[in-house]
Amino acid sequence: MFKIITVYGLMLLGALGRTLLLALLGLFFACIIGLIFGIMGVLKNRACNVISQIFVDVIRGVPMIVLAFFVYFGVPYFFNTIIGGFNVGLTALQAGTICLALNCGAYMAEIVRAGIQSVDVGQMEAARSLGLTYGMAMRKVVLPQAIKTMIPTFINQFIITLKDTSILSVIGFPELVNTAKNVQANTFMSFQTWAIVGVMYLIVITILSRSAKMVERRLSVGR
Amino acid sequence: MVDKSEIKVSVKNLKKSYGSLEVLKDISTDIYKGEVVCVIGPSGSGKSTFLRCLNKLEKVTDGTVIIDGQDITSKQTNINQVRENIGMVFQHFNLFNNLNILDNLTLAPVQLKKCSKDEAVVRANKMLEKVGLADKTESYPSQLSGGQKQRVAIARALCMNPDIMLFDEPTSALDPEMVGEVLQVMKDLAAEGMTMVIVTHEMGFAREVADRVIFMDGGYVIEEGTPQEVLLNPKEDRTIDFLNKVL
Repeated sequence: MFKIITVYGLMLLGALGRTLLLALLGLFFACIIGLIFGIMGVLKNRACNVISQIFVDVIRGVPMIVLAFFVYFGVPYFFNTIIGGFNVGLTALQAGTICLALNCGAYMAEIVRAGIQSVDVGQMEAARSLGLTYGMAMRKVVLPQAIKTMIPTFINQFIITLKDTSILSVIGFPELVNTAKNVQANTFMSFQTWAIVGVMYLIVITILSRSAKMVERRLSVGR
Repeated sequence: MVDKSEIKVSVKNLKKSYGSLEVLKDISTDIYKGEVVCVIGPSGSGKSTFLRCLNKLEKVTDGTVIIDGQDITSKQTNINQVRENIGMVFQHFNLFNNLNILDNLTLAPVQLKKCSKDEAVVRANKMLEKVGLADKTESYPSQLSGGQKQRVAIARALCMNPDIMLFDEPTSALDPEMVGEVLQVMKDLAAEGMTMVIVTHEMGFAREVADRVIFMDGGYVIEEGTPQEVLLNPKEDRTIDFLNKVL
């Protein structure tokens, strides 16, 4: 146990850092994707609704490990070999970020859509009756209320995404699980290695969910 | 108060359906400047839908609605601009829950660049004073009683300086002891010469304030006239039947 910590401790911490980096990058783009597709889901435009629904259904219907292989190996192969003439190559970090952003973005879109729909339609009607445009009413009245109801589910999604980064060990991105596999291979101490990795995840996620609770509480007090 | 030389709202052969359900079958009426029109009728008669067609919260299926000479059923009309001149008060108040009372009142004037933020605040305070809630600027909607919320909602609509006010059962969601304070604000408004269309179940209010009462049933206007004519001496059987039930 001590041997792992003293010899591989820094290496594992570095891997944890890359895990967090990957999660943050993925989440950042997932928020953008989620907001766009979520709003498309509530617009009074049939085409937008359908596009949003198809995106969500497709991404939710494919396991992330398949998505990861598809983006990392499949997409460059498609451009470089099937079409030919391209030289597309994705780093594991790029592919991992795209996977997380798409996967988490689809769930985010559902959270955003449900959040907006949970706001009483009277709020939109009252804003429109004053002459505000749809966009103004959305920005100033509906979204601020929707976001408040979204926050708990949002944080939950945050944690799920952080854990999902471990799936991306399969495309060779040296995040925590991928690194731990190497440690195990070198030391043969599988019990100790995975216990340490488990505790590392546990600590980070506990800190995250605790601070999330605090934010939630503060928001509900301050209206 | 009624100025018959100026028509504010002109409705011609208005029809509205939801799928195969026809809610408004054929409504035509003109509303003059300064006129207070009360629309009464049993629930499901289409009176709220009629009101919501006047500012296009409901899309009209057929017929025309002309506000101040602008046909709002036409695609060329900028509906947002027309709505700026039509205040609306809802049964469930619909105050913006994320904003305090002052921001509720200033949001639209400032966003639509009707005036500067400072001017909007001055006007908002004046309107709040008018409805007797000058001390509530910093409160949030959830901290007010129903009657107070509805008075704020009226003040919010007035901040846009509208020519026409639409009221959709403004007292139906209120506790009985709060109805009076809201009706009083509406009476004051009527006395100032505001053009008002009010969907209501308050027959006493209609008798006292309305210039004209419209009785609707089954998507048609069954009877219209002065409160004297419609409420006290109704001619149609359905009107008599309805008034017997509510009075």
